[in-house]
Amino acid sequence: MRNTVPVAGNGLLDRRAFLRGGAALISGYIVQPAAAEPLADAPWSKEPGMLVPAYGVPSSHEKAAARMLSNPKGEPRTQHARTPHHLLQGMTTPNGLHFVISHAGDPDIDPQMHRLAIHGLVKRPLVFTLEALARYPMVSRFTFVECGGNSAPLFSPEPVQAGVQALHGLASCAEWTGVPLSALLEEAGVDPKARWMVAEGADAPHLSRSVPLAKALDDAMIALYQNGERLMPGNGYPMRLLLPGWEGNMNVKWLRRLELTAAPAMTYYESRTYAPILPDGKAYRFYFLQEVKSFITHPSPGLALKGPGFYEISGIAYSGNGRIAKVMVSADGGATWAQAALQEPVLSKAFTRFRIPWQWNGAPAVLQSRAWDEAGNVQPTRAQLVALRGQASRVSAPTGFPSQHFNGPTTWAIDPAGSVRHVYA
Amino acid sequence: MSTLRFLTLAVFSTGTFAAGPNLGQPLTSADLSAWSINVLPDGTGLPPGSGTAAKGAPLFAQKCAHCHGEGGKGGINASLVGAPPIKSIDSPKTIANFWPYATTLFDFIRRAMPWQQPRSLTDDEVYSLSAYILAMNKLIGEQDEMNAQTLPKVRMPNRDGFIPRFPEKMQ
Repeated sequence: MRNTVPVAGNGLLDRRAFLRGGAALISGYIVQPAAAEPLADAPWSKEPGMLVPAYGVPSSHEKAAARMLSNPKGEPRTQHARTPHHLLQGMTTPNGLHFVISHAGDPDIDPQMHRLAIHGLVKRPLVFTLEALARYPMVSRFTFVECGGNSAPLFSPEPVQAGVQALHGLASCAEWTGVPLSALLEEAGVDPKARWMVAEGADAPHLSRSVPLAKALDDAMIALYQNGERLMPGNGYPMRLLLPGWEGNMNVKWLRRLELTAAPAMTYYESRTYAPILPDGKAYRFYFLQEVKSFITHPSPGLALKGPGFYEISGIAYSGNGRIAKVMVSADGGATWAQAALQEPVLSKAFTRFRIPWQWNGAPAVLQSRAWDEAGNVQPTRAQLVALRGQASRVSAPTGFPSQHFNGPTTWAIDPAGSVRHVYA
Repeated sequence: MSTLRFLTLAVFSTGTFAAGPNLGQPLTSADLSAWSINVLPDGTGLPPGSGTAAKGAPLFAQKCAHCHGEGGKGGINASLVGAPPIKSIDSPKTIANFWPYATTLFDFIRRAMPWQQPRSLTDDEVYSLSAYILAMNKLIGEQDEMNAQTLPKVRMPNRDGFIPRFPEKMQ
């Protein structure tokens, strides 16, 4: 039997208590389950089942595991589809649930007609078909993509009453496969005067962003596959720019053109939208990084606890600076902390699932997580983040964007009835 | 030139590409003309042509007011006129109180607007709409012509309002 004495306040247990199999004795509050009903064969066990479909879809009982849509009628503005983190586990976001932001809908691109042009400050301007790119040596990597505006409602001066999907649903993680951009830039021959790369999509707004050439030559990829299949239309089919760990909007979808330049283009999205205003009225520009962040997905609002007893607390941590080094969890609003287990593999710039066993005694509890990355960055406290970045003038809508790049903590309060709500602590 | 030397040069000149698949097709600037729509703050990429606020006004009423309101005062989409002071981190960002470069106006209108029919405007129309919006914001005079020379010279009020977040990442 392993140590199952609580290691932090309000019943957090040692993260190793249930690892590698075997039972564990839990000291402290114990619930005796009621006796079970007799077992009987169910109807689906007594007849053949459904036809196997050519392309599988989730069980009809899992309709709730769907994205939250901000603009379901396609009015002339941006559409957001948010990942239901509270209904998912592990580190990979299923393709149909990967978050999407489309500023004018998802284009229906004919892959035979699509082209990627590389030009500007290069020795040989080149154009690639999808067929040509698919012949290049490929690489695969798991990486998260996160909108620069994800979690932005947490800039509100009071906690927005919403769940993890509304608050943090604009981040997802997939295995991306494609061609290292450096290979294509080497073939084009980078002019020594080039410092930036302006990437552009084939969507209606021809979305464009300027990327420092160093990032383009480092770990940037022309991604063709997402979790093993071709990209979803909303994630850039047939190809997107992937900039691991960097602001989602820069990972230009439906990529059609890369122009190497000496200076940034100061496009709409970099000079206006993703330039967060600071308390003194100045604004950050070229934020680029999605900094270290974590949040608890289980439990979270909408996932009420069914009475006192054992629960596993789990959540997601990630950093645009590399691997997650450590996640600490508190069940008493930050008074005491216990280290969570990190689910392997722990990969650079990818979601890392953290877990910690918890024996809830039915009293009010306040859950919070805090992450560290291998570069030594730590997720700031709310007070630290607010001191640097300020707070919004009013409470935002649950899916509003009062600013960008929030990476402070998220806190869930659990009342004796087991319901979960968003609070600040 | 000896054959050997010629071969050496040939190998050298293509040597950079020899290891790669080399499956991209060469492109000329003529091939790129329909796609090459980036405009930089120094005016690089601005096409020939010109426009004025007077020419932009009827275009705006016809093609833009549906979303941005009459005279750009805002509707189902953003207001394009006015410079409310930035008082908090969630203050509305407008062209006149926030946008650092007028060239971004031309670039964004040309690539993304009108929302229902992007890339349908002529370059003169984009210059005219840029002039109209800048004049409505009193950032240029009513009569000022916008073209590849004048547009980059428009001084936007918030030009110096920005701080790079991670300067070391911009190398």
